[in-house]
Amino acid sequence: MSDDAPAPASNGGYDEWLDALADGEGYALVCPDGHGSLPPRRVCPECGSASLSAEPLAETGTVETHSVVHVAGPRFADDTPYATAIADFGPVRLTGVLRGVDPETDAVAVGDRVAVGLEERATDGEPLVVFRPAGGE
Amino acid sequence: MTDVRVAGVGLTRFGSHPDRTGRDLFATAALRAFEDAGVPREDVEELNYGNFMGALAEHQGHQAPLMAEAAGVNCPSTRYEEACASAGVAVREAVRTVRAGDADVALAGGMERMTNLPTDEVTEGLAIAADDLFEVRAGVTFPGAYALMANAYFDAFGGGREDLAHVAAKNHANAVPNEYAQYRKEVSVEEALDAPPVAEPLHLYDACPITDGASALVIVSEEYAAEHDVDAPVAVTGTGQGTDRMALADREHLARTPAADDAADAAYADAGVGPDDVDVAEVHDCFTVAEVLATESLGFFEPGEGIAAARDGVTTADGDLPVNLSGGLKAKGHPVGATGGSQIAELTRLLRGDHPNSEHVADAEVGVAHNAGGTVASAVVHVLEVAE
Ligand SMILES: [Zn+2]
Repeated sequence: MSDDAPAPASNGGYDEWLDALADGEGYALVCPDGHGSLPPRRVCPECGSASLSAEPLAETGTVETHSVVHVAGPRFADDTPYATAIADFGPVRLTGVLRGVDPETDAVAVGDRVAVGLEERATDGEPLVVFRPAGGE
Repeated sequence: MTDVRVAGVGLTRFGSHPDRTGRDLFATAALRAFEDAGVPREDVEELNYGNFMGALAEHQGHQAPLMAEAAGVNCPSTRYEEACASAGVAVREAVRTVRAGDADVALAGGMERMTNLPTDEVTEGLAIAADDLFEVRAGVTFPGAYALMANAYFDAFGGGREDLAHVAAKNHANAVPNEYAQYRKEVSVEEALDAPPVAEPLHLYDACPITDGASALVIVSEEYAAEHDVDAPVAVTGTGQGTDRMALADREHLARTPAADDAADAAYADAGVGPDDVDVAEVHDCFTVAEVLATESLGFFEPGEGIAAARDGVTTADGDLPVNLSGGLKAKGHPVGATGGSQIAELTRLLRGDHPNSEHVADAEVGVAHNAGGTVASAVVHVLEVAE
């Protein structure tokens, strides 16, 4: 790339992580003590270890809490109402939008099993971390 | 180490001030604080000012020199930004500066202008107190984050929407006589339960309003007060601050606020008091569930037991431990960067006996203020005591 054609700004390690998630290869950074974190990281936020390795997320996550958002900012204006959740994926918990359930009913519960992937925001097509119910549980 | 006194407090009415700039709001609060203190503004040696979203709301960065001008003081001036805890941190730094002997008089407080933005832009603005990459882009709003905490709490400890509605009803009732409050009307438990959802399980009356307003405090050393015959009966005897992981998902427990535990432990140790000594508290109830989490972090209740406090009448105006007699953020309003200073102003008035709700805590000697940023990745706690 020549100097007069600057690359579009990116969020480095975060964008790479989204790409991996889109390919079904989501990962966490894990230190020798087993603390998980999300990129970009130079050190483990729990213990300061600089020895971080990428480890795959669990196949499915467990919903630890959830909400249904009715009032959102402009970037999610056309997505409302939508369900959000925090789910445990082994080394880390992830935060995302839960699709494949009806947000208007009590269709989500703590303990539900979900898979994670990358989809698009309805409002502007930007990438969005999405959970969907993992069948067969 | 010198002792620190609150010499004067000043507030604007909290609410919607569409025709007033931020600088005018802070100037008003500062003017009232100087009048209340009887301290000449030329004695101020430091301004510590809190503001969160002024760059978005008023296209105005670098606000500290602007606010020094507005207040009519000429001294080193610094803006503190710690989301909703911005003014709490500003007050804490004023206390530390006076204690250290680096200033005898400091002006501390904050200002936020919010109602001039459309609601969706305020929602977006408040969301930036969360982790932009892993929370905001993943759909988390400010109410949404507290909704996640509320459901985690219900799952871990029990309780439900009706318990939270009692917190809303209590704080709205407390705001009625408060001349600075945004909403001076009662809200019943039934009205709170029936209000439209914002981020379930939180509905409209679980959430603080969008508010313009400013707060200012004249903080002085005990020696200055004695030397200049300043009537300053309330002392700041303890200050503490805590920090946690930024994103809620990275917290050890989704329904606990360890940053506030740490801030409370430090403030109590600093003051030499414990939770049992506290007679009255102003806590950061940006959402009803936040009051529950705050009272548990402050040690008033064991984790999981704070949820019933408002319903059981423990924290109501006539209860054993009144919480948010000002109306709280919930009903008094939450001009984000001013709130931490406003809590200290209200607590000072309550302890001095000149607050419209002072009658409920006539014999109170120890008060606690709890101010939190984001989903409590930041927390500041102050202990105030009647010194004379
Ligand atoms: Zn580690």
